[in-house]
Amino acid sequence: MRQNPKELEESSRQMTRRGLVVGGLQLVFMSGLALRMRQMQIEKADEYRMLAEENRINVRLVAPPRGIIYDRNGVVLADNSQNFRIVIVREDAGDVDAVIAKLRQIVTLDETELERSLKEMNRRSPFVPVTLADRLSWEDFSRVAVNTPALPGITPDVGLSRFYPMKSDLAHVIGYVGPVSDYDLSQIEDPDPLLQIPKFQIGKVGIENKLEEELRGKAGSSRIEVNAAGRVMRELDRDPGTPGKDVQLTIDARLQNFVQERLAGESAAAVVMDCETGDLLAMGSAPAFDPNLFVRGISSSDYRVLTEDNHVPLRNKTVQGNYPPGSTYKMVVALAALEAGVVNPGETVWCPGYYSLGRRRFHCWKRGGHGHVNLENSMVQSCDVYYYEISQRVGIDRISAMANKLGLGVRHDIPMSAVSEGLAPTQEWKAIRHGDVWRKGDTLNASIGQGYTLASPLQLAVYAARIGSGKALPPRLIKTLGGMEQASGEAPVLDINPAHLRAIRKAMYNVSNGIRGTARRSRIVEEGKELCGKTGTSQVRNITAAERARGVTRNEQLPWERRDHALFVSFAPYQSPKYACSVVVEHGMGGSLAAAPIARDILLFAQHGGVPPLESYPKEQREEIRQRFEAMTLSDPRPPAPGRSRA
Amino acid sequence: MSYLEYKVKTVPTGFSKVLYLNWPLILLLSAVSSVGFLMLYSVAGGNIARWSEPQMQRFVLGMIVLFIVGMVPIWFWRNLSVLAYLGSILLLLAVELVGAIGMGAQRWIDIGPLRLQPSELSKITLVMMLAAYYDWLDPKKVSHPFWVLVPVALILAPTALTLIQPDLGTAILLLAGGGIVMFCAGVSWWYFGTVIAAGVGAVWAVLASRGTPWQLIKDYQFRRIDTFLDPSQDPLGAGYHITQANIALGSGGFSGRGFMQGTQSRLNFLPEKHTDFIFTVLAEEFGFVGAFSLLVLYGLIIFFCIASAMTMKDRYSALLTYGIAATFFLYFAVNMSMVMGLAPVVGVPLPLVSYGGSAMLVLLAAFGLVQSACVHRPRGR
Repeated sequence: MRQNPKELEESSRQMTRRGLVVGGLQLVFMSGLALRMRQMQIEKADEYRMLAEENRINVRLVAPPRGIIYDRNGVVLADNSQNFRIVIVREDAGDVDAVIAKLRQIVTLDETELERSLKEMNRRSPFVPVTLADRLSWEDFSRVAVNTPALPGITPDVGLSRFYPMKSDLAHVIGYVGPVSDYDLSQIEDPDPLLQIPKFQIGKVGIENKLEEELRGKAGSSRIEVNAAGRVMRELDRDPGTPGKDVQLTIDARLQNFVQERLAGESAAAVVMDCETGDLLAMGSAPAFDPNLFVRGISSSDYRVLTEDNHVPLRNKTVQGNYPPGSTYKMVVALAALEAGVVNPGETVWCPGYYSLGRRRFHCWKRGGHGHVNLENSMVQSCDVYYYEISQRVGIDRISAMANKLGLGVRHDIPMSAVSEGLAPTQEWKAIRHGDVWRKGDTLNASIGQGYTLASPLQLAVYAARIGSGKALPPRLIKTLGGMEQASGEAPVLDINPAHLRAIRKAMYNVSNGIRGTARRSRIVEEGKELCGKTGTSQVRNITAAERARGVTRNEQLPWERRDHALFVSFAPYQSPKYACSVVVEHGMGGSLAAAPIARDILLFAQHGGVPPLESYPKEQREEIRQRFEAMTLSDPRPPAPGRSRA
Repeated sequence: MSYLEYKVKTVPTGFSKVLYLNWPLILLLSAVSSVGFLMLYSVAGGNIARWSEPQMQRFVLGMIVLFIVGMVPIWFWRNLSVLAYLGSILLLLAVELVGAIGMGAQRWIDIGPLRLQPSELSKITLVMMLAAYYDWLDPKKVSHPFWVLVPVALILAPTALTLIQPDLGTAILLLAGGGIVMFCAGVSWWYFGTVIAAGVGAVWAVLASRGTPWQLIKDYQFRRIDTFLDPSQDPLGAGYHITQANIALGSGGFSGRGFMQGTQSRLNFLPEKHTDFIFTVLAEEFGFVGAFSLLVLYGLIIFFCIASAMTMKDRYSALLTYGIAATFFLYFAVNMSMVMGLAPVVGVPLPLVSYGGSAMLVLLAAFGLVQSACVHRPRGR
């Protein structure tokens, strides 16, 4: 169709106008885009750059190696052992089932653990390594390592795990570590981020627990670049952190091993202390358990065995055990009376076999009585009536003050779980605790270490060491921490007349050496290594009238858990004592019977620095001793040869 | 003036046509495509075979198509317009059928080795159709209600078909592209005012329809709107993409983090980084300098198209050129707005840069039409 040229011109001009409007609008819009670019890329660039860095950089904690625990001679007691394990990456493995089937032909895999690993694998991203098997033997591990080309996705890997080479010997002292539990986390106010690492191990009991902060070290960190899916691309930088501090104990591993072996079979505890420094050389508690079981995660059946045993293997009897000290308490009463001046060492007391208080009779252990006894004889023969008498003269508060001075009824500050305070009762204590007045009968019971009186084997050892040394020795368990020597030794001289202490020591010498001594059978015949001690037999409960009527008068006739405890506190040698030792055998029936022989063996071992020669023992006992030593299997731990790296 | 009235003598013929091609435009298109090759190479982590090479092959193919289309007289294309439009509508229907028979939303059909996305094609055929319509229509009648309704129907047909695919991005491009052609053709301002007012009302209606039985758009589209309005509300879900895209863009700074050094793209924080979000990779690695330069290149393409259209006397050529320029503009404007957080994520590629065969071929073919219009413009006296 033909159009008017004028109209044509007009429509063309209009189209151009409209085109220019559209172009202009487009230019405006593009300017808007440019402004937005400017705003984002120039004005806010730093903000976005930071967000980008946050996106890509993850900080991972690096667990520092835990501090090593040594004995006083450098024997390793708690180590970080290499844990050989097999790790699988699902993505690299491809057909996981086929790879595992192949792996099965090379090593035996634990089924339950495998099942757990497979579950974990399916839960996680395909590139996250998952542990298939843990704690492989070196042989299995190397077999897998050699075969890796045929096992896609499988990597042999070495991690660090706590290992206790002394096994059960130091179970109670060192304790053990285990994976952090929710309970553990709830107990800590500001948890170290390290604790959030899966399977991170912390100390659960004992030194491991008490020195956790020092042993753990400071977390290192590794800055890694990750992609959007969380896969690690590369490590940007790494701070290895601070390794945990090494701890050196005052414990002598060889002596400890001997003590544990010697106590084996009993429910017993023994503590050996250095009389010069207060160093705790051995702290044995039997029965014990293998702490390595707990590191791995103990099976419920194993755990049940430990908890259902009436010898309570899990209990650290050296500090948690509370026993009536029985006759071992008599040195406290004697010293209190001597210091108070209410009795002198030569003075005698008549023992008819009982002590009358009003209409009640308090019996001596010897029904027939001891006749006239002075201080020394009262100790040697363990006459009760003598102590009933002098305790009435001196009074309970002065007895308990003396007990505290000698380390009983006070808490000793050593890094162990649930350290017991024991009890040296006073009038005030009874009023507060029982709301009752202190009665004379209470003093009589206390004077022979019964009634309210309680002490732990640790306290009894401190007690023996203080009598032996005449110094207010504090016990010390940590020798060095991170290479720093810990405070020790310089203990003040006890505020007790040295002559009185000498009299007591002489009496204790005669307990195990005198003709009529209760522990004469446990004497040491070797010159210069003499045993001095005091036996104790403490009642768990009285034999009831009904039982007496049935004819039960002797311990052997009672069930095990109602028999008397056997105690012995001792030091050696007589002149300038070097070692103090306390032994408690639960339900051992008699201190002289069950506890004193153990203390003798331990103190001889300590003095000889090894298994003592038979010549140290009385002739008639040597055969029996020889057989006993032969039956023992000692591990004889040695420190690593000098020059060898400890790492 | 219609092509029939051309003094054919003044139109270049034979190989001399090559001289009359709009060479600056061809150069600009090549430059933009090269930016694409470079970015696809970077996105693939230095692997040329993954995306860059196939893209180059398509570019070469597209350039051949551009030259062929450009050499063919514009009046041939004008005659073909109606057919092309109907063909693309049929293809859209075919996709809909295939999608209904197969599973889910399918947007392409396989023709031999070619995978064709009819929605891409329809953007151009609609412009051709509208240009042909206004070329045919007496300019005096353009604002007559009936003659306005006809192009509206022509626009709505493909728009509706793409909307039900659902491909919101293409639908917007069709609607806006068609509208711009109508505007250039001289349709009264009043209509556009009314439509814009109605559009605002429609947006309100769509938003109000949420959660009701007559809900007008799909849930995921609603979520995209939510995310657009506040991406931080859902940083790990739907807002993740846009948040990460913004971080990539912003962290590029003025001069960028360096070629293949963009952490956001290299560590896969960016979504669909080789297609719709490729601009963020460019912005991250080359910074404001790179991003702005690309915008300038795009702007120059628009400028040369409009400049060329203004010299054209016949309505078909001019409207076609305006329309194609507008469509091209809408492509990159919507894409850039989307990745810069100025518009919801609707799935529009960055023209000539994003990886994708249909869009590349169709765009180059469209610029072939622009070249044809430019070459076959009557010259001299």
